[in-house]
Amino acid sequence: MNDLETLIDVGSRLLSIPIDPAWKPAIEANLAVTLRLAASVDAFPLPDEADPAPVYRP
Amino acid sequence: MNAVETALARIAERNPVLNAFTAVTADRARAKAAALDASDVALPLKGVPFAVKNLFDIAGIPTLAGSLINRDRPAATADATLIRRMEAAGAVLVGALNMGEYAYDFTGENVHDGPSRNPYDATRMSGGSSGGSGSAVGGGVVPIALGSDTNGSIRVPSSFCGIFGLKPTFGRLSRAGSFPFVASLDHLGPFATNVRDLVLAYNAMQGPDPEDPFCTERPAEPVDASGGIAGLRVRVLGGYFRQGATAQALAAVDTVAAALGAGEPVELPEAARARAAAYVVTATEGAALHLDRLRRRPNDFDPAVRDRLIAGALVPAALVAKAQKFRRWFRDNTLRLFDDADILLAPCTPCPAPLLGQTTLDLAGETVPLRPNIGIYTQPISFAGLPVAAVPVWLPNETLPIGVQVIAAPWREDMALRAAAYLEQAGVCRWKPCA
Repeated sequence: MNDLETLIDVGSRLLSIPIDPAWKPAIEANLAVTLRLAASVDAFPLPDEADPAPVYRP
Repeated sequence: MNAVETALARIAERNPVLNAFTAVTADRARAKAAALDASDVALPLKGVPFAVKNLFDIAGIPTLAGSLINRDRPAATADATLIRRMEAAGAVLVGALNMGEYAYDFTGENVHDGPSRNPYDATRMSGGSSGGSGSAVGGGVVPIALGSDTNGSIRVPSSFCGIFGLKPTFGRLSRAGSFPFVASLDHLGPFATNVRDLVLAYNAMQGPDPEDPFCTERPAEPVDASGGIAGLRVRVLGGYFRQGATAQALAAVDTVAAALGAGEPVELPEAARARAAAYVVTATEGAALHLDRLRRRPNDFDPAVRDRLIAGALVPAALVAKAQKFRRWFRDNTLRLFDDADILLAPCTPCPAPLLGQTTLDLAGETVPLRPNIGIYTQPISFAGLPVAAVPVWLPNETLPIGVQVIAAPWREDMALRAAAYLEQAGVCRWKPCA
């Protein structure tokens, strides 16, 4: 079992999402794309002081 | 009354092919039209029929958002804010429009209702997720429709269906009474066959709304788009926005650029990373919205939507927070482009409308998955929250239209609409009635 399959199995169990084994290849493919894109964002250097975009006004 | 009866007749005539409507509000429309006929009050949209993507609340109808699951929801008890404002300006609601499930779509296909179809070729996509809106306006059924745009869902159907669309500044128009998708990115806006109607609809819908905490507190800023383009500094977005596009997409941008007298191209910094960050925010916020439905009714989703949402639920939260931090950086650096430009130009889509059922695209010699790649040029722009007028171009000898994004600085919809009006008046951009 690769890391993504492990993440899908464990993560879906922790989140109580029932998964049919037939769905796993498509979920894995989508997860791989999303994590690849997230890694490109993660790789961009930002200062600690960089504020996230959403602003909450009480 | 005549315009409303004409619209109802066209729905009966054309919807069997277009499949744009999921509900027709004929009784309500006739009652409203009769009341308007009996009134002497002058209104900017008096008697003009319009329809809305079926994620807008319509009193008396469940808000489907393109899904099977939402059919079990109780009927909405009130109209969405934007419907109320359109009707206050005299427009008449005639129905609800087909859309991709839960707006997670660029194709206009829907496994529950069937696809909305392209008005110029019924074997082709309308574009998503506001596919019914594009199909109904492009097909000449109604002159105005409303839709939503999270990553491109107004601009993509505008491009494929050859119509004008406005994705306003993020936060400009109230989202109250619409079914959400991604709170950080959702916008609502109008489609129309001409810029005059687009502006009238936009002006009618502006203004703060305490029911939507994301809606700006700026007062309404009514637009007069008739001012021409004198003084507007226009630039084409290069780099990322020239890569992977078909010859038609690039020719459409170049045609508009020539008509507007565009200067040297400029680069939007880190556009690819902005698209990546928008993708991450969309997948994860969308997953959070639907988490309970994924637990209870996973078999009632479109499988393609369900599998993307489940994947989104499994992305570590730290990566989402980084995407939101990057958004702030991207916003600050994007705004610097407007020191030297008022209007930026980019393709709406990398190609004209693909065939229904098509799953891949051939872009710059590479075969890529179709669904995620239709929005590559729209996603960075909405991630920055910039207002965009989508304008339709018919290239010589082409049988399908393709759209161009006319992009302005935040809160400067007026500039994008002035450019769009000029392009329409000059005959460069136009809606073409179907044969």
